[in-house]
Amino acid sequence: MAMATTTNSIASVVEPAGARPRRMFAPSTIILYSILTVAALYYLLPLYVMVVTSLKDMTEIRMGNIFAPPVQITFEPWVKAWSQACTGLDCSGISVGFWKSVKITIPSVIISVAIASVNGYGLSYWRFKGSEVFFTILLFGAFIPYQVMLYPLVIIMRELGIFSTIWAVVLVHTIFGMPINTLLFRNYFASLPPELFKAARVDGAGFWQVFFRIMLPMSLPIFVVSMIIQITGIWNDFLFGVIFAGNQNFPMTVQLNNIVNAVQGVKEYNVNMAATLLTGAVPLIVYFVSGRLFVRGIAAGAVKG
Amino acid sequence: MAHAGRPFGLLRNLNAKVAAIPMMLTVIVIFIGCTLWTVFYSFTSSRLLPTSDFVGFDQYSRLFGNSRWNQSLLNLATYGVCVLTFVFIIGFLLAVLIDQKIRFENTFRTIFLYPFALSFIVTGLVWQWILDPGLGLPKVLNDLGLPGGSLALLGDKNTVIYALVIAGLWQGTGLVMVLMLAGLRGIDSEIWKAARVDGIPAWRTYLFIIIPMMRGVFVTTLVIVASGIVRVYDLVVAMTQGGPGFASEVPAKYVYSFMFERANLGQGLAASTVMLVTVFIILVPWALAEFRQKRS
Repeated sequence: MAMATTTNSIASVVEPAGARPRRMFAPSTIILYSILTVAALYYLLPLYVMVVTSLKDMTEIRMGNIFAPPVQITFEPWVKAWSQACTGLDCSGISVGFWKSVKITIPSVIISVAIASVNGYGLSYWRFKGSEVFFTILLFGAFIPYQVMLYPLVIIMRELGIFSTIWAVVLVHTIFGMPINTLLFRNYFASLPPELFKAARVDGAGFWQVFFRIMLPMSLPIFVVSMIIQITGIWNDFLFGVIFAGNQNFPMTVQLNNIVNAVQGVKEYNVNMAATLLTGAVPLIVYFVSGRLFVRGIAAGAVKG
Repeated sequence: MAHAGRPFGLLRNLNAKVAAIPMMLTVIVIFIGCTLWTVFYSFTSSRLLPTSDFVGFDQYSRLFGNSRWNQSLLNLATYGVCVLTFVFIIGFLLAVLIDQKIRFENTFRTIFLYPFALSFIVTGLVWQWILDPGLGLPKVLNDLGLPGGSLALLGDKNTVIYALVIAGLWQGTGLVMVLMLAGLRGIDSEIWKAARVDGIPAWRTYLFIIIPMMRGVFVTTLVIVASGIVRVYDLVVAMTQGGPGFASEVPAKYVYSFMFERANLGQGLAASTVMLVTVFIILVPWALAEFRQKRS
């Protein structure tokens, strides 16, 4: 169903000479691409506005309109957002939140992916009485609104002595990342040929040996997918950061919100937009670098939860 | 695949059971335990700290007597209906357009999906800026001589919820598009050939053949999007802080506010229990549908 437009006339030379579907006339092709382009512009507009605003100074912002490109490009808002913007009384910029987010994200991703991979492996090859029941409840748990579990979790964290520390946030992310990631790993391991497992068992390998020697080396793709889901999800979290991290450990999203929605002072839109871009940078880079895997991760992750 | 033969059930498969401890703890302590705890204490008069002083349905009757809560339910319903309707229509149409074997498919898909990688905080702040009545889009329209004043969505208590809808749609349609695209690609191309041989126009094929065949994808997407809508919180905090007044308040924010800011735990727990019930009402039909599918 290739299009016989002038743009790909070269490609049409090598095509089979069969009849083309009629609805691929040039006018409909033009309409198709026009709609897609208009839609694309709508989705790109906010990103454009962010970038443009972050490169203007305040007088230019007050004078011009938000869609106009900057007359004089300045990177000062970026510097200010990174190292001088104020969250409450503290004026050391969003970089503080950036490093807190890094400190939260790295252990959370490692621990949650490690647990989910072992879980998924166990649920595929080492089922025991009741394991499927636990798994079913785990999946249903993914749909319980976080608000229902927040307060008892606060009590648990307090009892564990880790409330208001990074470890409380890490633990919460590990818990709430478990359903979807366990599901991903379980489905992946279930799709591997069972002969691998049986052969290893015949050779006398146990639970952990099979996992580390056979399963791990084969499961790079699903590890990447799971890590993408966790990195973006944990980096973008706001609620858990606000509640469990404590004022000293607020992640970047919380800091960003505090900077932009601060009640006092003049609103510095250029600094705000630079800070917003900086906060969105990590998941955006993950998204652009991982490309198709991100899509696959979402489609896979969306199968059930 | 557990090997039979050893009589002691508890010790059999011991490594697997040890490895499953985090999952078991999560299920028992967090998903079951914490939920029961919340439901239990929603029937008490807990204020700053949980107490065992039972008051029956008092918290619930106070909840539904509170105009702020009722407003938040109404807002959630408005937001939910609008987002669900448009996210499905736009997401499906975009998926159909992208599925026409177009060039630059990856580019278009990337552009439609990238907002999904951004947090609701970032989304809310960007749209707050674009819809800023003094300097954003309304001003641009005013300068062009268009009726821009009426576009000051954020400041008007009757329209502020639609500002949230616009931002929510911008962030979420990409996900629906990806899911729908996966669904469209999963349909046997023979169906299309047969429809074409019979001379059925494309739009009718979509409406009467393809969409019914994608029922599973639609249901899954519905569950994902709907459970996201029930939890919506960050977007409101970043974009409107629930204002003006309580015109854009949502249940999740109400819960947070009563639990952690106003030291009225009983109210917060009752409100979150209502959220739980709402989700169950969404989930149960889905679970039944899944179950029926598996049996047939």
